[in-house]
Amino acid sequence: MIGLISYLVFFTTVAAILSIAVLGLNLQWGNSGLFNGGVVAFFGAGAYTTLILGGTPQEAHLGGYQLFYPLALAGGMVAAGVMAWVVGILTLRLRHDYLAIATFGVAVAFENLMRNAEWLAGGAQGLRGFERPLHAWLGDGFTYNALFLIFVLLLLIGTYLFLQRLILSPFGRLLRAIREDEIAARSLGKNPARIRLTAFVIGSVIMGLAGGLYATFYAFISPQDVLPILTFQIWAMLIVGGAGNARGAVAGAFLIWAAWTASGWGLSRFAPVDLQLYTGSIQFVLIGLVIVGMLLWRPQGLFPEKLVVSQSGRH
Amino acid sequence: MAKRATAPEATFSAQKGLKPSDKDVILSLQRVSRDFDGFLAVNDVSFDIQRGSITGLIGPNGAGKTTLFNVLTGMLDPTAGQVFLDGHAVSGKSPDQLFTQGLGRTFQIPRPFARMSVLENVMLAPMAQLGEKWYGSFLDRKKVVQQEALIRDRAMETLEFVTLDSLADRAAGQISGGQMKLLELARVLMGDPQLILLDEPAAGVNPTLTGTLIEKIEDLNRQGKTFVIIEHDMDFVMQHCNPVIALAEGKIVFQGSPEEALANPVLLDAYLGAQAND
Repeated sequence: MIGLISYLVFFTTVAAILSIAVLGLNLQWGNSGLFNGGVVAFFGAGAYTTLILGGTPQEAHLGGYQLFYPLALAGGMVAAGVMAWVVGILTLRLRHDYLAIATFGVAVAFENLMRNAEWLAGGAQGLRGFERPLHAWLGDGFTYNALFLIFVLLLLIGTYLFLQRLILSPFGRLLRAIREDEIAARSLGKNPARIRLTAFVIGSVIMGLAGGLYATFYAFISPQDVLPILTFQIWAMLIVGGAGNARGAVAGAFLIWAAWTASGWGLSRFAPVDLQLYTGSIQFVLIGLVIVGMLLWRPQGLFPEKLVVSQSGRH
Repeated sequence: MAKRATAPEATFSAQKGLKPSDKDVILSLQRVSRDFDGFLAVNDVSFDIQRGSITGLIGPNGAGKTTLFNVLTGMLDPTAGQVFLDGHAVSGKSPDQLFTQGLGRTFQIPRPFARMSVLENVMLAPMAQLGEKWYGSFLDRKKVVQQEALIRDRAMETLEFVTLDSLADRAAGQISGGQMKLLELARVLMGDPQLILLDEPAAGVNPTLTGTLIEKIEDLNRQGKTFVIIEHDMDFVMQHCNPVIALAEGKIVFQGSPEEALANPVLLDAYLGAQAND
């Protein structure tokens, strides 16, 4: 029983962290129409920076600044935001598929850099030497994990409320207008380039927050955590949940994460032994099938976007 | 070589090189051309638009009318010549900059923000909204809320003016094509531009809505707004526009009053002739 509960805590923590990343992507794609194909790079920037800033001194690579944890986490978000700003200035003139390809390339480059630049972040070995905040007080047990889950859930709720207010504001109206018709928005005096860059940076900062929490949870990050598959998982979560609908995005994150873990477990348990070797690859195929299937049969997702109305015509 | 009709009154002062110092001229084109890889869609076009007028821009399909609109609104740069808005050279400025300088437009094929409500479409347009900065609704919430209430009221008034208030909460993609044209007019009006360019406002609109549209245009014109209207409906142009400018193959073939237009053989040949062959 305790085993099940602690597994549920573990599962919910990861799903909630991924939900935050999906909310970031929802701002970019669902609300603003920006096709970010490199989610994992911004997630990774947050993860790596949080550990570098908050970790204990290491000989082999950068880091060990032992910053107060909230500052380290904020630093991760800033790093993701700065990276998004630079990438955004270079690529946001591109639309849709071209933007997706460019950002995908950024993510692959990020992973390669982390894998090869050992002086920076430990290379393939990953970043070690991070102690989870309040670890000395709370130990490693169930209490710690339960409290950490609450912390993550509070941040998820905070992110959700922040984004709700944002998309109901005149700024949110601008985002939707540019998503719908950039030419018409320009003819009404709006400057799409600046607005898209802002949305891209804010979404990426949120992904950086998710990355920082993820790295905190495992007290470790390595290039294996920033593979392109994570980008696809997060996209699958958004597409299944319903792009443009924040609640759908969170539901999608939990559903896809449940399906992912269940398929991993099911395959390792029931698949013939000679197929076990390919469990990971089969899961990749399954994620691809889910994305393609949804786009074919229910492109609006399980929870379609409702008309977002900042102000109603009724008195 | 088309012979240029004599200009009525002082409407057309576009002799070459003349500076648009005349305060009654809101828009002045001087030898404007636009080239697409050797194809001259707009060829050495000069004219002045008088403040407070409703100018009809006519010509057969492919005459360069919409290209000219796109040049005037900054969506395309002219390859030669200069455009003056209120006496300021504006060639090379972007559409969003021109809108803030008082030039609004609608599109031949309506461009509603389909997955936004009709009201939101209209509320988007006012310039310099405090909440347009992403942090506005967090740091200056009270002011943003107040401003939103004002903008909302004005938007509802504008929707009432174009008779769309009952559709305020409907998705803009779900209203009829004619209603979309009215919606575009409402959107543009929210920015309070002095000069409004309408690209085929009556095309595909049922006669009742066209009537409404004409009424609204004339209302606004009485309030001092200047219009330039591309329109194929000759009755519309002859009844409501003065002066009339005709383009064919990128060049001006006629400018003058509607009465003169009806009597002009060049115009009949270039416009009505080509139209008959469509």
